[in-house]
Amino acid sequence: MSSLFSKDNQKVFLEPLNLNNPILVQVLGICSALAVTSKLEPSIVMGLSVTVITAFSNVIISLLRKTIPNRIRIIIQLVVVAALVTIVSMVLKAFAYDVSVELSVYVGLIITNCILMGRLEAFAMSNEPWPSFLDGVGSGLGYAWILVVVGAVRELFGSGTLLNIRIIPQFCYDAGYMDNGMMTMPAMAMIILGCVVWAHRALVKE
Amino acid sequence: MLYDYIEKIRPHFNEGGKLHALRSVFEGFETFLFVPSQTSKSGVSIHDAIDSKRIMSFVVIALMPALLFGMYNIGYQNYTAAGVQASWLTMFFYGFMAMLPKIIVSYAVGLGIEFVSAQIKHEEIQEGYLVTGLLIPMIIPVGCPLWMLALAVAFSVIFAKEVFGGTGRNIFNPALVARAFLFFAYPAKMSGDKVWLAKDSIFGLGNNLPDTLTMATPLGEAAAGNTMNYDFYQYALGTIPGSIGETSVIAIALGALLLLITGIASWKTMLSVFVGGAVTAGLFNILGPDTTIAQMPWYDHLVLGGFCFGAVFMATDPVTSARTEPGKFIYGALIGILAIIIRVLNPGYPEGMMLAILFMNTFAPAIDYCFVQSNINKRAKRAKK
Repeated sequence: MSSLFSKDNQKVFLEPLNLNNPILVQVLGICSALAVTSKLEPSIVMGLSVTVITAFSNVIISLLRKTIPNRIRIIIQLVVVAALVTIVSMVLKAFAYDVSVELSVYVGLIITNCILMGRLEAFAMSNEPWPSFLDGVGSGLGYAWILVVVGAVRELFGSGTLLNIRIIPQFCYDAGYMDNGMMTMPAMAMIILGCVVWAHRALVKE
Repeated sequence: MLYDYIEKIRPHFNEGGKLHALRSVFEGFETFLFVPSQTSKSGVSIHDAIDSKRIMSFVVIALMPALLFGMYNIGYQNYTAAGVQASWLTMFFYGFMAMLPKIIVSYAVGLGIEFVSAQIKHEEIQEGYLVTGLLIPMIIPVGCPLWMLALAVAFSVIFAKEVFGGTGRNIFNPALVARAFLFFAYPAKMSGDKVWLAKDSIFGLGNNLPDTLTMATPLGEAAAGNTMNYDFYQYALGTIPGSIGETSVIAIALGALLLLITGIASWKTMLSVFVGGAVTAGLFNILGPDTTIAQMPWYDHLVLGGFCFGAVFMATDPVTSARTEPGKFIYGALIGILAIIIRVLNPGYPEGMMLAILFMNTFAPAIDYCFVQSNINKRAKRAKK
């Protein structure tokens, strides 16, 4: 069992969190990162959904990788991803209906998320199931933590709340403070994301 | 005398001096006061007698009539709303006191960021903020709080200017980015009918007005479908509610005259903005839907809101506008056309000028590219013959 957490596997898991982050470095999955992050709660749910789907589709494709005919591999990958997205979407509707309404089409659009196809093509098609699973979880969490950061900043300054709990006290509003409407718009998410990339490049030297 | 003093303190700011950290500030002030004596050391280069700091000073002077009238208008609106008689000097002084904090905040925040970033990048301070810093307080309503202004200035200097590499490299006009930021972030403080009136007395000047007293701009009224209680003469003179610097067409025209005589602003851009706007508004008069704003006479469209101010001071910004000569006509005309279309067809944005100019800023390089490319093709054909 010790080989399960060998150096190589640790690297596979940790790299997408930081040095090879799908959003910060590969700049994939930007569309949903801008669209769903106006509040913290949907950002967390979206991040977890993508993590689950990336992890399990990676495992399934990795198991099938020797039997998949090369010429139709994209279609097979899509079928696997679409099945998983449908399951996640149904689970969300059953247990977290409000959030799934808020996320609307973006749960379905996980099928087209570039991070998924990228990991399937680049990693799962040529690696064992266990490393593929770690890679999927790592990539998904790497995506999720950026969403959480952006979502927290936007909810705090755009609505004065976090997870719908009021953070900025009422007396600030009485003194003339106002919520920043720009923060609830996707345009501002782009700028915040830019700042996160900026900070990341400045702090982390490869 | 001033020159001697600067020469005396210069060693402190050189490498190793005790005030080295403030070097860029020192150079900024020195070259602002005197034309620098250095000349290019390499290559052939021709320097005009007028450098970009002198251009900026001219634009600031051109802004003065609109600024002074804006101050008077703040007082005029306050005293008229209160129904109190006062001399024009009192009104002007009240407006001056209301305006001064905004200008100070704008310059302090903007120049502060410029100084810091110049020091970090080891560059000279760029003088572009001289004009932007005055433009921003002039294009906001008088009721906009100072902390919002400071936030917008910081946003526009960092994200519209410094990330692109500073003065001369920005894609969008920083003053308009600041206004757009305020407009989308705090719509309640940038539009509507509660922000166009200064409501507190300052040092015993002016009148305290109740919060319930509201006053909309003529454009806002027209967009809402109400009739307007002003005539063309008042629009042109500028004694109407509106953003501080934009109301008086006459004061703006004085500034435009100076800019055109000194050749700083391009007459091509300015003229085509007005032509584009007039033609579009005229077409709406004839063909447009039967709403108040579409049926507003075309000459009213040109003198109301930020149209004049935008056409004279924003559209002609040499950095963000088209640079090819024929391109200026297209660039200007499209600004005029878009501004009127936004005004008429989108009642949510009664002020279309800001969005039109920002939008065309995006396309200015594309316009230039087309004209440069067609010129290259023409010459290539001639060369083949």
